[in-house]
Amino acid sequence: MATSRHQPVYGLMAEFEDPNQLVAAAHRAREAGYRRMDAYSPLPIEELHEAIGFHDTKLPLIVLIGGLVGCLSGYLLQFWVSTMAYPLNVGGKPLHSWPAFIPVTFECTILGAALAAVLGMLALNGLPQPYHPVFNVARFALASRNRFFLCIEARDKKFELAETRRFLEALEPREVTVVAD
Amino acid sequence: MPDQHAHDYEDPLAAGNIGMGSSDVIAPGHTFGSVTDKISSIVLTQRTSIGWYLGFLTAGSLAILLLISLAYLSVKGIGIWGNNIPVGWAFDITNFVWWIGIGHAGTLISAILLLLKQSWRTSINRFAEAMTLFAVACAGIFPLFHTGRPWLAYWLLPYPNTMGVWPQFRSPLVWDVFAVSTYATVSALFWFVGLVPDLATLRDRSQSRAGRMIYGMLALGWRGSARHWYRYETAYLLLAGIATPLVVSVHTVVSFDFAIAIVPGWHTTIFPPYFVAGAIYSGFAMVLTLAIPIRAVYGLQDFITLRHLQNMAKVMLVTGLIVAYGYTVEAFIAWYGGNAYEGFMIWNRTTGPYAPFYWALITCNVIVPQVLWFRRVRTNVAALFMLSLIVNVGMWLERFIIIVTSLHRDFMPSAWGLYRATFWDYSTFIGTIGLFLTLLFLFVRFLPMISIFEMRTLVPEAKVEHEI
Repeated sequence: MATSRHQPVYGLMAEFEDPNQLVAAAHRAREAGYRRMDAYSPLPIEELHEAIGFHDTKLPLIVLIGGLVGCLSGYLLQFWVSTMAYPLNVGGKPLHSWPAFIPVTFECTILGAALAAVLGMLALNGLPQPYHPVFNVARFALASRNRFFLCIEARDKKFELAETRRFLEALEPREVTVVAD
Repeated sequence: MPDQHAHDYEDPLAAGNIGMGSSDVIAPGHTFGSVTDKISSIVLTQRTSIGWYLGFLTAGSLAILLLISLAYLSVKGIGIWGNNIPVGWAFDITNFVWWIGIGHAGTLISAILLLLKQSWRTSINRFAEAMTLFAVACAGIFPLFHTGRPWLAYWLLPYPNTMGVWPQFRSPLVWDVFAVSTYATVSALFWFVGLVPDLATLRDRSQSRAGRMIYGMLALGWRGSARHWYRYETAYLLLAGIATPLVVSVHTVVSFDFAIAIVPGWHTTIFPPYFVAGAIYSGFAMVLTLAIPIRAVYGLQDFITLRHLQNMAKVMLVTGLIVAYGYTVEAFIAWYGGNAYEGFMIWNRTTGPYAPFYWALITCNVIVPQVLWFRRVRTNVAALFMLSLIVNVGMWLERFIIIVTSLHRDFMPSAWGLYRATFWDYSTFIGTIGLFLTLLFLFVRFLPMISIFEMRTLVPEAKVEHEI
């Protein structure tokens, strides 16, 4: 804790060469009591979010709400337009001819859900975010090619620069780097 | 060309694994790095070839022809086209349905095959999605300009206005506005979300400052965090689930434009399923038309293997048979239903003034594609390319036949007429092909045409063994 207050350190980053090592390292870090960490990989790894102890089930709910909002607003719009704002007798059909309103309701549901999925994902991920300390590590450019990184953050209660570095080096990474904040 | 790729097929690794598995959807020996470099180098380091410039110039000239045609139409009105009562819809709606249909394969590949865990989709989904987006853009032009006053097109949308009028929500044409605009929006979102991790790769690998800036902005600061990937995968899967019913609904609604009307030849319950199958049929044909030259020009045979081409050929065979069933049922019901006008419509379609087009359509869409039953054809790249062109033509003819032959013989012989396409009909259609190819050339040059991060998941080292 003391170190992080005096030096602007975001955390310590270990670089691995394959996904197995990264998942194993993340597990070991959690077992060692570290909580504030993140793993970076050039491809989605199913096991990784569990390994760093991350669970989040908000997104499906957001998409459901987006879909319902789209559905209701689509239907109510047509209902209001057809029965109140601009009632027209078309072929003697009732003003509230609900079967004819289904296609537009359906499309609005889809639109609401899709927008919620994309915007919700971006918002929960905090994107767009032009600056992030991990980009200060030169080799991090390889995180989008073929290298796998584990970063233990300085705000972790157990973080101690020398101690954490020893811990990470014991995991046999390619190298360990200090991430400037 | 077939001999050149024969080794792909005889490769022991590939041949032993025809069923599932991923080893034959990517050539052996690739690593995370080699996949990344191979695909990103097309955008970042390889020199732009003369062929690209020539292709772009040709496509761009055709796109300018489109601009001229549309400008002239805006000045003169839609009288410059050949449509006139009784044939009020002709090339414009034919082209609209044709383009929308082509788009459907992109969504099918990216969404439905993802849900079905078909890993072979990975190397073709990106440009199939781009194809969807560009095809929808081309499609949208036709109804927009067919209104004659495209600058008033916003009247189609429900918004409070000083005229005090609202759209008629019982009309399939209004449903179409909602279906197509939703489809365009969702396709664009799906495509962009899929691109974000690859844009980050381009940002990190670009040598030029402009490249780093532009790709960097588009990548939204993506850093491959495990938390981000988790939500990303959830969102992508949900989008696929959302896009699947959407793609079916869009062509269903397009078919309602016809099926809800009482015109003989349009008023048919078989239309929605037969339109959806036809859309997928033409879309896969277009994917093959594009994929075969692209893999040859950019040397992507490692990623778009013969297995991909074979699978697409099989999808074409199946959807082609569904379409053939649709034609049969149309004719059968016309006879079995006993309605004089329906009977006349089929008789006129098969023997009337447009009969040569009808038989050309049957030849292109039903008879010729039966060669796909033979494995030798499905593994022959040149034959597949020819066949994909034939199906593209056939599917265009199908929409032309449905629209023009149904309209040109009205209920009363006094209202009969004939449709002849004018120069501007052709120029607008060819112009949209130019626009489509222009966008595609730009896409291939500036964005990764194969999803890099998804290709990495096919590399054998991507498998994580469970050990806790």
